[in-house]
Amino acid sequence: MARKKLLLGDEALALGALHAGLSGVYAYPGTPSTEITEFIQSYPLAAERGVHRVWSANEKTAMEEALGMSFAGKRTLVCMKHVGMNVCADPFMGSATTGANGGLVVAACDDPSMHSSQNEQDSRFWGTFALVPVFEPSSQQETYEMVRHAFDYSEKRGIPVLMRLTTRMAHSRAAVECIPDEEAAPQNGMKLPANERQWCTLPANARVRYAQLVKEYAVFEQDAVESPFNRLVDGPDKSLGIIACGIAYNYLMENYPDGCPHPVLKISQYPFPKKLILKLASMCKTILVIEEGQPLLEERMKGVFDTGITVKGRLDGSLPRTGELSPDCVREALGLPSPGLNAPSGVVVPRPPALCKGCGHRDLFTALNAVMKKDYPQGRAFSDIGCYTLGWLPPFEAIQTCVEMGASITMAQGAAFSGLWPAVAVIGDSTFTHSGMTGLLDAVNEKADITVCISDNLTTGMTGGQDSAGTGRLEAICEALGVDPAHIRTFEPLPANYPEMERILREEIEYHGVSVIISRRECLQTLKRHLKK
Amino acid sequence: MKQDIILAGVGGQGILSIATVIGSAALEQGLFIKQAEVHGMSQRGGDVQSHLRLSDSPIHSDLISRGGADLIVSLEPVEALRYLPFLSGEGWIVTNTVPFVNVPNYPAMDSVLAELGKLPRVISLDADTTAKEILSPRSANMVLLGAAASVIGILEPEKLREGIRRVFGRKGDAVVEANIKAFDAGLSLSQNRQK
Repeated sequence: MARKKLLLGDEALALGALHAGLSGVYAYPGTPSTEITEFIQSYPLAAERGVHRVWSANEKTAMEEALGMSFAGKRTLVCMKHVGMNVCADPFMGSATTGANGGLVVAACDDPSMHSSQNEQDSRFWGTFALVPVFEPSSQQETYEMVRHAFDYSEKRGIPVLMRLTTRMAHSRAAVECIPDEEAAPQNGMKLPANERQWCTLPANARVRYAQLVKEYAVFEQDAVESPFNRLVDGPDKSLGIIACGIAYNYLMENYPDGCPHPVLKISQYPFPKKLILKLASMCKTILVIEEGQPLLEERMKGVFDTGITVKGRLDGSLPRTGELSPDCVREALGLPSPGLNAPSGVVVPRPPALCKGCGHRDLFTALNAVMKKDYPQGRAFSDIGCYTLGWLPPFEAIQTCVEMGASITMAQGAAFSGLWPAVAVIGDSTFTHSGMTGLLDAVNEKADITVCISDNLTTGMTGGQDSAGTGRLEAICEALGVDPAHIRTFEPLPANYPEMERILREEIEYHGVSVIISRRECLQTLKRHLKK
Repeated sequence: MKQDIILAGVGGQGILSIATVIGSAALEQGLFIKQAEVHGMSQRGGDVQSHLRLSDSPIHSDLISRGGADLIVSLEPVEALRYLPFLSGEGWIVTNTVPFVNVPNYPAMDSVLAELGKLPRVISLDADTTAKEILSPRSANMVLLGAAASVIGILEPEKLREGIRRVFGRKGDAVVEANIKAFDAGLSLSQNRQK
């Protein structure tokens, strides 16, 4: 008997994976993907079945761990936000060569409009790049069903598959009809790959395998033509043909409550089903391409030469070039009339996010400012990804850079070599173990003149308080990497400790080598939760 | 029939519990639901909103169109005004009047109230004080839901009460009763306002 549950897109993906016989999820938290792993961590069936569900140190280790599970024949899921794909690019590209034994689904959640991200990236590019199939659901129900299909497909074709969600799918809830847990597919037993040779990417093996993969990509394309998730629906008004990818399909249909009068090609499985696109082009001389993210298909359809077909979308200004889609911008692109709108209210002011009142990052920034702004105005603080990036904003304005996970320590090192002093790095504990440790090793080897502040709140804070990989062992890690123990200092960031904090910061800035200052106090959000228990 | 609702507030105020109660009631009644939420950085004291769509026929978009919202329910007065371009011509605003001041340029309260006063269909109430009066100070969000219940046509108030019982059930009877009391206080306040 099917039953309905109100699930986020992330949760529908998680439950679909569990019901498809999942043996392990490997992930690092990142908005908007975090809830996939959290759902599995709290779902009873996962505990009953002993599904792996511990957070990984970063997306690269997650992808590799999952690849090992796939090698051993079991179904595994890797989850991350779009920029996590950059971190795991090496094993992800490699996994196209090794192929999959047990079903391997990589879930990448994109964040167009950068609600909680540093850039816009369209993860569908990874599919074309690595030559792996991509699935992009248009509804929560489709997400739930698609995961199971994706696992079956991954095993049938022996290839990892990418599942792409965007913010409005990941973080939107809908009623999803799902099977009861008792009817979940059994987990795979341990089973080694039939062709082990391709799992060692020695050039001699990889060349053979790459040629085979290129051939198979044509098979993947034919699969997309026949996919139950792609369909071309005819319409009487041929003045316009429409291609809607993933969630864009919803915004299209929202504007035609009585059905779309134009022929529509819905695409939710890639590679692009060329035959279906050509069929649409044989019906319509003008085609509007609606894609969430970057104009991947639109660019391809436009190509270099004039094909006689007018392609409209994000490139010709029919849709905004950046940012996420909405029913409103799609309505405009369709040339439909806009309803009369209330004007925005004049009294409304922006309300940007801010560090919580009483947060330890605040006290670190206050002390750092007291030292830097007064005595070292020529210095710079290189920072990183986390809640503490908000330290760039007033009232602190305590940091000057943030690029990606781990770049604080390494950028400080490069700047210090170039003569910038003091070069301070500010990085969170979870970001440090994600991508900061190797940079610190470089700094130690070069005896770089930098001061690294690890703002340790004992958790992965910005994504809601997930376990942090190095909690309780940061001093030991820094010492093992070669930092002189005399220059690994700790303090508790509290207003009462400002004099001590400032003194330690000054001393370590004046030390011309690598020093690490660990500013340690639990995140208020997790503290509140711990006190409730 | 459809009902498009924007729930607004400041990160941490508890708009998601309102959404959970409405969602639970709607699921029980067999309605189609879509509810887009904001997670991540904005939850740290920034403006947050949830698009909640209920209908007796399938819903496509997870987002409400501009000019399409039948109702804005806001835990904070400036946040109610932030989404005005989403409000339909016949739409209602149900808002708490207690400001959440965490920005230096927060507008003067009289100008905020004057702006709300210019709109034709507004139910504004001090949900914090009402919650304190019934000795349930943490239930301001349920007071507000109660006030909104008089204009959520697609769900009967009793269905929402059942939703509260389901959602808060595991926290014990006392918590359920406090929230029901808050809901009823909000409902009667708004019914009196509309008379």
